[in-house]
Amino acid sequence: MSSNPQKNSLWADSWKQLRKNHAAIAGLVILTILITASIIAPWLTPYSFEEQNLALGASSPSLDHWLGTDTLGRDLFTRLLYGGRTSFMVAFCATMVALLIGVPYGAISGYAGGKVDSIMMRIVDILYTMPFTILVIILMVVFGRNILLMFGAIGAISWLVMARIIRGQVLALRQQAFVESAIAIGASRPRIIFKHIIPNVLGIIIVYTTLTIPHVMLMETFLSFLGLGIQPPMSSWGLLIKDGASVMETYPWLLISPAIAFSLTLFSMNFLGDGLRDALDPRFSKGRS
Amino acid sequence: MIKFILRRLLELIPVLLISITIVFFMVRLAPGGPFTAEKSFTAEAIERLNEHYGLDKPIMVQYGTYLLNLLKGDLGPSFQYPSRSVNDIIKETFPVSLELGVLAMLFALFIGLMAGITASLKPNTLQDHVPMGLAMTGICMPSFVLGPLLILVFGLGLGWFNASGWEIPSDRVLPVITLGAAYAAYISRLTRGSMLEVLPSDYIRTARAKGLSETNVIFKHTLKNALLPVVSYLGPATAGILTGSFVVETIFNIPGMGRMFVLAAFNRDYTLILGLVVFFSLLVVVFNAVVDILLGMLNPKLRMDS
Repeated sequence: MSSNPQKNSLWADSWKQLRKNHAAIAGLVILTILITASIIAPWLTPYSFEEQNLALGASSPSLDHWLGTDTLGRDLFTRLLYGGRTSFMVAFCATMVALLIGVPYGAISGYAGGKVDSIMMRIVDILYTMPFTILVIILMVVFGRNILLMFGAIGAISWLVMARIIRGQVLALRQQAFVESAIAIGASRPRIIFKHIIPNVLGIIIVYTTLTIPHVMLMETFLSFLGLGIQPPMSSWGLLIKDGASVMETYPWLLISPAIAFSLTLFSMNFLGDGLRDALDPRFSKGRS
Repeated sequence: MIKFILRRLLELIPVLLISITIVFFMVRLAPGGPFTAEKSFTAEAIERLNEHYGLDKPIMVQYGTYLLNLLKGDLGPSFQYPSRSVNDIIKETFPVSLELGVLAMLFALFIGLMAGITASLKPNTLQDHVPMGLAMTGICMPSFVLGPLLILVFGLGLGWFNASGWEIPSDRVLPVITLGAAYAAYISRLTRGSMLEVLPSDYIRTARAKGLSETNVIFKHTLKNALLPVVSYLGPATAGILTGSFVVETIFNIPGMGRMFVLAAFNRDYTLILGLVVFFSLLVVVFNAVVDILLGMLNPKLRMDS
């Protein structure tokens, strides 16, 4: 611990700054609760997410069914928890795909510089103007509503911003003394990029990961809402909102609780992301309220 | 400047070509043809239909024919609606979507700019926290959450508006708010941020020192310079409003292009999907280029880059 006070103090400083941001901490707490609840879902509820009770039908919230049941008599609280599982899982996996492509791409482009850099960034610029949401919809229509395909497709369109930001950071870091000394020692290029440069942009990576996740979740929910994402009897928040919206005239609670759960998650993620950005991204640390 | 515009327009060609090619092959190589789902067709009938639409030819020939027809502006027939061509369907549905999109964009710009300016004038006071809190709510309430909730409250609950449809002028209100809210929220945050950056500049102080009215200082001097990030956001916002129209038109049952696209996706009406995507891509890509050119005009520095 004491061998590297410089490094520790940077993270400690950020943590101190983040702790002062009440909205971000509230977001962190809410997210932790929601994620934990969806992971331990089977132990929180006696029902299964596909267990139907047609005799019961849509019932309003009660002691047996805390949030009521849907038109097929399925427990809404259970479906909400399992829907959270799906949504968080899609968010996590697709963001990982985005990281795995975006970070190395940006780092290599920024480190190589010159012609390689301008070609690689031109490609990003051109891809950025393509109507990707539409392409993902087509992909889901054509190749069936496959959840793995969805991770890949959403991830594949989310890496562009990450690549741009990492590239900008690496471009600046490349000039610094520690990189020069690494070159002088004779370290190989991949070693310099992955061992020396990427650890230094870790803060930025964390910040933009937390900002990417809500976008990815939004995409999944959007697709499921249109009926092109997760398929029943599996549960997802987009699917629950869609089902709720279709019967909201008679059973409004079926719309309200998934809508609250989803908005609350987005709130928490955005506040946490903003807070982390203020704490970790040096470009934003000054002059912002 | 002309060189910049030309280069930007030339770049459209590969982007469009790539999009069209990806979609064309994805749609054609998909398992199951457009007629296999219909049990009413005999094998013979399917064969005849395939022949009629040229689906029996090698795929590269089909691709070539499609591109050639596209150059002539012909998007081909629709499988689902045999009596109408894709062009007819676009002609019918596009004006509806255009109206919805333009109104939503105007709503987003007006509310977003007003809220952003208001917030930036007194940072960290109630005048800042209220609009920015609302903006955060707007960002965290995507259209498919906001739309049904608005219908629930203002349509079914209070009965102020029709729950769905697109006939009388008041039918526009809820869909436009639903579609525009998130963009209003982003625009207000962008405006506030850049206003706060510009307001402390020397030339603003000079303008104030000259004794110009506060309105003049804010709208003529500050806003003009603070507008750049908002203009560059218009490109992605248009693309977002286009795809957002899929959801909003479905929720409110509006006979526009977005709902048509979702229906076509469900019916696996491949030529219609393909035609609509080509049209959507054209819109997005051209609008992106227009925004870029606009930015180049506003800020000469951008033209010099790359």
